Amino acid sequence: MKILYGMQRPDEGEIKVDGSPVVFHTPGDAISHGIGMVHQHFMLADNLTVLENVILGSEPRRGGLAVDFRAARKKIKEISDAYGLAIDPDVPVEELGVGARQRVEILKVLYRGARILILDEPTAVLVPQEVDELFDNLRGLVREGLTILFISHKLDEVLRVADAITVIRRGTTVATLDPKDVTARRLAELMVGSELPSPETRESTVTDVVALAVRNLTVSSDTGRPIVDGVTLEIRKGEVLGIAGVEGNGQAELVEAIMGMRAGSTGTITLAGADISQWSTLKRREAGIGYIPEDRHRHGLLLESPLWENRILGHQTRRPNVKGVWVDRAGSREDTRRIVDAYDVRTPGIEVDAAALSGGNQQKLIVGREMSGDPVLLIASHPTRGVDVGAQAAIWDHLRTARAAGLAVLLISADLDELIGLSDSLKVILRGRIVADIDPTSVTPERLGSAMTGAGEGA
Amino acid sequence: MSTFLDRLLGRVKLSGWLALVAPLLAVLFAAVITSVVLLATGKAPLETFNALAQYGSQPRTMAVIVNTGTEYYISALAVAIGFRMNLFNIGVDGQYRLAAVVAAGVGGAALLPGVLNIILIVVVAVVVGALWAAIAGLLRVTRGVSEVISTIMLNSIATGIGSWLVTNHFGVLRGNELATKELPADSRVPGMALIPGTQLQVTGFIVLALVLGIAYYVLLNRTRFGFELRATGQSESAAVASGISVKKMIVVTMVVSGVVAGLIGMPELLGASYKYSTNFPTGLGFTGIAIALLGRNNAVGMAIGALLWSFLDNSSDTLQLLDISKEIVAIMQGVIVLSVIIAYELVHRYRIVAEQRRVSRELATPQQAEGAAA
Repeated sequence: MKILYGMQRPDEGEIKVDGSPVVFHTPGDAISHGIGMVHQHFMLADNLTVLENVILGSEPRRGGLAVDFRAARKKIKEISDAYGLAIDPDVPVEELGVGARQRVEILKVLYRGARILILDEPTAVLVPQEVDELFDNLRGLVREGLTILFISHKLDEVLRVADAITVIRRGTTVATLDPKDVTARRLAELMVGSELPSPETRESTVTDVVALAVRNLTVSSDTGRPIVDGVTLEIRKGEVLGIAGVEGNGQAELVEAIMGMRAGSTGTITLAGADISQWSTLKRREAGIGYIPEDRHRHGLLLESPLWENRILGHQTRRPNVKGVWVDRAGSREDTRRIVDAYDVRTPGIEVDAAALSGGNQQKLIVGREMSGDPVLLIASHPTRGVDVGAQAAIWDHLRTARAAGLAVLLISADLDELIGLSDSLKVILRGRIVADIDPTSVTPERLGSAMTGAGEGA
Repeated sequence: MSTFLDRLLGRVKLSGWLALVAPLLAVLFAAVITSVVLLATGKAPLETFNALAQYGSQPRTMAVIVNTGTEYYISALAVAIGFRMNLFNIGVDGQYRLAAVVAAGVGGAALLPGVLNIILIVVVAVVVGALWAAIAGLLRVTRGVSEVISTIMLNSIATGIGSWLVTNHFGVLRGNELATKELPADSRVPGMALIPGTQLQVTGFIVLALVLGIAYYVLLNRTRFGFELRATGQSESAAVASGISVKKMIVVTMVVSGVVAGLIGMPELLGASYKYSTNFPTGLGFTGIAIALLGRNNAVGMAIGALLWSFLDNSSDTLQLLDISKEIVAIMQGVIVLSVIIAYELVHRYRIVAEQRRVSRELATPQQAEGAAA
């Protein structure tokens, strides 16, 4: 994918566009050959309008200097109408929902004349209804003669939207299939290479001992608006509590408040009977909170440090990483080797930088680290986001094992199957409030999806 | 082309030899640029470099180079401590000058005898440096003031306070020079006759510089504090999530940086001029920034950088004999710093890509069967 978009150069092999071989050195080359990419993480400036975002970097000029906004607006309208994207060019991006932002991203590449679109995990942040809308848009684009490369690890979506499917595992093509001849199960087996993982937890391991109790937790933004609004929840030992919700409804702030990373939160947080509301993040971690952060690059790793130094991160006051004021290099190296073995982190050694590992292996390292030191509570924020299917299954297994051993888990995820499959109980968060308690054994992703958007409120 | 690149990027451990090659290439590149400038002004480059080398290798010049280099090195260490945490202590300059003024004033009063007075002087310098740096740290964590801005302004304030102290409190007029009272003869740190062939002694503070260099390495690489400092420098967000108090780290790091900064003026005060006057060297803090960049905050790299810088500074005097402006050396110094930064950046990027390739190659072949079971 990076190669197709000119971000990385291939070692061998060739790329042909419309039958003629091409070589891309930069994304600019790819764009000039009509290839456009919609990234998994939106690359939009929130405080600019749609129009400004779309033309950024390829502004139409008038008289050499001035930006020709009128021409740009006209062109954006044309594209939006032609492909049924329904986008108003003069709205600031910050006012748009996730689905509309994605359409802006698509419009951005169409504006640059793309005839081949690469979509990288476009549905990761969408609820089912938005996914349906996206797929309608995509079918519209295909009807207009565009080519779409849809990258996803959600099999049912691939089956629904694709005209041809190529399965890639470990960098090689495993199979090319027609979606009409294949089942989701068969596809999954091809992806994993063996039996199918499922997030389902078998028998309940929930005990009566409360590990974490949160009462009336409220987090306010800088402007005083509540982002998390009076949240109350309890997690018992051996229980996985799932928080479902469209991203940006206060999940991240809830987690940060429980971790003690956020000032300006009120309410009480009790961990294993002790009131930790006023404790520092360090003290909370030492008391037994493990944390798998939502964004592993920003919050979970030192990318340019070796794996064994990453093992120390977040555990820098505890054995086997330190002895008094000294870093215990031998101890932390040895324990890193233990994690690498036990959690199947695929790496040539523990001296390589964390940046060199794939996302799945980075995540396995983090999971292994956060499970070290006998945690009481594990906060797992999108634990399998952006990891390959094999690593996903492994992480699910580790979560299940730890739960059986009496760990309390707070699971936040956008993957509804993961939420339903792993959780013992589910709460839905909407605009910072817990709006519904749902029994994961009897709910479908569709119903959960409508509860998350507020459509199911009161139902 | 690509196979060569593969070999170069994939197998060779870049961090090892390229870490040495990069600065060497940068110095060579600087020499080329300087040659172009020299040719443009109608001078012969080879002759110029030869003159620099000739002059720089005389025993007396070598002693001067080591002495100046010692001060440069301590200054670079002070700057580097902040750099490792992405904290730009531009105020090392003001910190060491203010520390030196106060220490010279206290020392000149001869409150304690002999060695005790030396200890007092050093302690005063360290405390003043630390407190002055702490102001910027506190402003940053309480009011969010960028330490770059506050330390630059504190430099000016330090200059003002320094001359006020000398004029109104510590100053003694001797001839037409206003300076602090000279330190008594028993409160001076002797030099060592290390370099044969010259009367000029090497400052005793070279020992302190070596100890500081080792302490810098140990502090950063072997202690919990050092780990937290580097972690905060690499990723503040990861540090916060790991329970590292970034605010505390900012203040403590500024203070440690200020402690080292306080020592910069000591070789001059205790080992050379024994007083603070208008002739006291200025600008060492800024030189330290350049050398910290040059040595990439590495204890050994900065030592080499300090000596190189000192060599260029001290041997530039000889250029006037050849009727060449000594500012040509400033051009050279500037180009060296810029090209070192660029060279390291390139090496660094290559290293990351190379390591990713190496990892994926080592994982690709042998583990295919085993991996499928996951």
